[in-house]
Amino acid sequence: MTYTQIGILAVAIALVADLVVFRTKLVLRKGFWLPYAIIVCFQLLTNGVLTGFMIVRYSGSAIIGGNHPSGTPPFIGDGRIAYAPIEDLLFGFAMILGVLVLWIWWGKRGVQRTPIAGPPPKWWPTTGPLRRRPD
Amino acid sequence: MQHLAYLGVLAFIAFGAGWLEFVFRARVFTKPLRLVLSIVPVMALLVVWDLYAIARHHWWFDPHRTTGIVFPGHLPLEEVLFFIVTPIAGILTVEAVRSLKGWSLGDEVEVADDVP
Repeated sequence: MTYTQIGILAVAIALVADLVVFRTKLVLRKGFWLPYAIIVCFQLLTNGVLTGFMIVRYSGSAIIGGNHPSGTPPFIGDGRIAYAPIEDLLFGFAMILGVLVLWIWWGKRGVQRTPIAGPPPKWWPTTGPLRRRPD
Repeated sequence: MQHLAYLGVLAFIAFGAGWLEFVFRARVFTKPLRLVLSIVPVMALLVVWDLYAIARHHWWFDPHRTTGIVFPGHLPLEEVLFFIVTPIAGILTVEAVRSLKGWSLGDEVEVADDVP
């Protein structure tokens, strides 16, 4: 299998784990997607360093993009985003969702469920009504 | 020094997310058992994937920009650390956002299975 195929399979496994097996339903929650949006920005940054400086290199036969034997791959284009193959986004999503499914599932089962995160620091502007109670 | 390049990226991730625990009270490091139970199964799958990808030359690592410490199957130390550091950074991000926004993730004591 190519990296592209395994990446799609990994995302599918993570989604089935979330929605069917463990029923954590994280992909239906904004509490997952806002953090994921932050995470993917930092993934592009750090992965861009790993691939832009060619610390990690990829075979054109395993990814959508081609080989770049003579130097740095393009910043964007040829199946690349921020130097990294777009398949890395599949890898990252599957890894993050997979770990979070287990994290929430263990919490629901009572494994070190508490103390829950928060409260936010005093200088943080608390606007909405949805604030957790103080400990 | 360039042998430490990949390790440096990992350190950036660790420190870039680690402060969330203390400033925003993510309360992740107070749950070491839950961390291990969440990270290790996914890590096991990713190590298998990594070993397969390395064996099939899907990707490879610059020996000049890694420590050279490798596990059997040419799996660099940095990759194994990546499978520990990055998931912790992800959990810290999720829990920091929960601290700041108060959004339910389904494991709160007072919240059942329902999706808000």
